[in-house]
Amino acid sequence: MIEVVSAERCVKCDVCVKVCPTDVFDRGADGLPVIARQSDCQSCFMCEAHCPTDALYVAPFSGPAPDGSPHTDEAALADAFGEYRRIVGWGRGRTPGSRADSNHIFTERIRSPR
Amino acid sequence: MTINEIDADVLVAGGGPAGAWAAVKAAEAGASVVLADKGYLGTSGATASAGTGVWYVEPRPEAREAAMASREGLGGYLADREWMARVLDQTYANMNELAEVSRYPFPVDDDGRQIRRGLQGPEYMRRMRVRVRRAGVRVLDHSPVTELLADGSGAVAGAAGYRLRDEHPFRVTARAVVLATGGCAFLSKALGCDVNTGDGALFAAEAGAELSGMEFSNAYAIAPAFTSVTKTAFYSFATFYHADGSVLEGAGSQRGRSVIARTLLTEPVLCRIDKATPEEQRAMRLAQPNFFLPFDRQGIDPFTDLFPVTLLAEGTVRGTGGIRITGPDCATTVPGLYAAGDAATRELICGGFTGGGSHNSAWAMSSGTWAGRGAARHAAELGGRATGRPVRALGEAGVRPAGPATGGHAEYVRAVQAEVLPYDKNLLRHADRLVPALDALDRTWRELAGTLRGEGAGLVRARSAAAMTAHARWMYSAALARTETRGMHKRQDLPEQDPSQRRRLVTGGLHEVWTRPETAALAVAS
Ligand SMILES: Cc1cc2nc3c(=O)[nH]c(=O)nc-3n(C[C@H](O)[C@H](O)[C@H](O)COP(=O)(O)OP(=O)(O)OC[C@H]3O[C@@H](n4cnc5c(N)ncnc54)[C@H](O)[C@@H]3O)c2cc1C
Ligand code: SF4
Ligand code: SF4
Repeated sequence: MIEVVSAERCVKCDVCVKVCPTDVFDRGADGLPVIARQSDCQSCFMCEAHCPTDALYVAPFSGPAPDGSPHTDEAALADAFGEYRRIVGWGRGRTPGSRADSNHIFTERIRSPR
Repeated sequence: MTINEIDADVLVAGGGPAGAWAAVKAAEAGASVVLADKGYLGTSGATASAGTGVWYVEPRPEAREAAMASREGLGGYLADREWMARVLDQTYANMNELAEVSRYPFPVDDDGRQIRRGLQGPEYMRRMRVRVRRAGVRVLDHSPVTELLADGSGAVAGAAGYRLRDEHPFRVTARAVVLATGGCAFLSKALGCDVNTGDGALFAAEAGAELSGMEFSNAYAIAPAFTSVTKTAFYSFATFYHADGSVLEGAGSQRGRSVIARTLLTEPVLCRIDKATPEEQRAMRLAQPNFFLPFDRQGIDPFTDLFPVTLLAEGTVRGTGGIRITGPDCATTVPGLYAAGDAATRELICGGFTGGGSHNSAWAMSSGTWAGRGAARHAAELGGRATGRPVRALGEAGVRPAGPATGGHAEYVRAVQAEVLPYDKNLLRHADRLVPALDALDRTWRELAGTLRGEGAGLVRARSAAAMTAHARWMYSAALARTETRGMHKRQDLPEQDPSQRRRLVTGGLHEVWTRPETAALAVAS
């Protein structure tokens, strides 16, 4: 589930508020997005992929992270921010990850189970 | 600015691949088009967050023949060759459009030729959004449709919904409506599927349309127990284990899924993706990158470490049941109403089984194309005659209850989930369990239809609860009516395929659910 909005990185562009398919965020009074409906988060990582400044972190749990979990601690997560966007290949100067897509190998395998 | 009333030739409900293609093709045919999505066109639905194999087959007769033959048996011989051939043609054309019009960045092979057999959801749907908008379609995001409108003759004449972000209702009067709202995964949190609560099927039934193949609704995807990321294809490289580390015999991603389900009823199941070569491991990372995020973030190496797995319900997202199609333009039995993608039945091309890979996405883009064009044609034929016609709203359960209104959609959702998510009810089917489950669902329906009404965003949730309840009742009614095992519908009490039941089952009704065979049994496969 979505756990962290980094106030330091966020540029208040509202993209995450717009793109989240299950409407998890609200725009806060100061312009920062607020995780208003965390229980509706379906852990689809779409907000991470779309955030232009790598300010969001979706924790690897289908429920809320336990209290005190490192997955809610911005400092501990530094390297994890923006990881998915990097792989999807979005952002200036990057190559779309789909250029290296290899899904057809696995589809082939399903069509003719060995 | 709040939008209350909009007029259009065609309204498309849903902005996954089916709805996006429908909107583009309706607009290209000259219609004015509005697309309303519950979430956001570009990120919402089952495709947007996944890696998708596509049924893209070169137009060589032997290749096409092999492609059509490969799944007929698995689907229980309920598919139709003519539809398969049409879908193969249309998918080929649409994938080529994606390359040429949308400049989708396909991978290339050693000879520099693009490999067009797969699409990555985020990239695909981002480009579809661009194309939809360039086509002049008016897009309403975070704007779930909550009910259809009909004219005096019963023809569909638009829809009403709610704009979640400006907290305002809206109404689109339209000459034709395409339902592309996806399947129903019962809020199981399966990847990308929580927007898919079967709303379109409920709207269609309220307008008098029929459903087909609702017994093929017991798809479950393997996922790590701690998250929602599914990618069943990768688990064909896995070995499954008991908690003590001994191998769980017979378990597998395809035929052995029921072994996993049975075991999960009493004990945890562990897994390790230990049959992939280093090269295949690298390929997996490139095929669906988000598969690895939860593992990487927990410090688990799925190729060497054991991790617990679960099965998440994907209902009719990867089942094949849905709104019954009655013509090549994806029309339904109701004038002005068209259906596409997972909201429509996929039996026409894969019978009673989709399993993993490729047919679903091919169906979504093909049926979307046909429904969009069909709706545009219908709108043009109606022309000015439809302007200003009186319309009435068709919604009942969740919006206009029969008796005094109360809230409480969450309890209804829990009640439905208790009957459809458990493996021993929906996956491992047996009349002894289906009958009481259907009784419970019927009681839930009566209470919900009698009292539930939501307001504002609560209306959307109430309608989703109603849609899931109706969906579950159609599923189990059809599952009881199909007294045999065929396709993904496996009856533990009736494990054999019965040749006399080689025909589709049509289902419908809200207060009284009915089921009937579509035709006499189809001729035996040659
Ligand atoms: C993890 C996963 C992997 C898959 N892999 C493959 C694969 O490899 N190959 C393949 O062929 N298929 C695959 N599928 C299936 C494929 O994703 C679906 O068949 C496809 O997405 C169907 O497209 P759709 O447009 O009908 O529905 P969806 O993509 O689900 O879109 C439905 C849309 O309707 C909207 N909606 C819902 N209710 C309403 C409402 N009331 N009002 C307005 N809008 C509404 C939703 O927000 C959503 O945007 C996979 C599915 C999953 C879940
Ligand atoms: S998308 Fe990123 S930068 Fe924009 S508001 Fe959301 S968190 Fe902030
Ligand atoms: S992970 Fe998906 S559902 Fe959760 S907040 Fe991000 S976009 Fe929304």
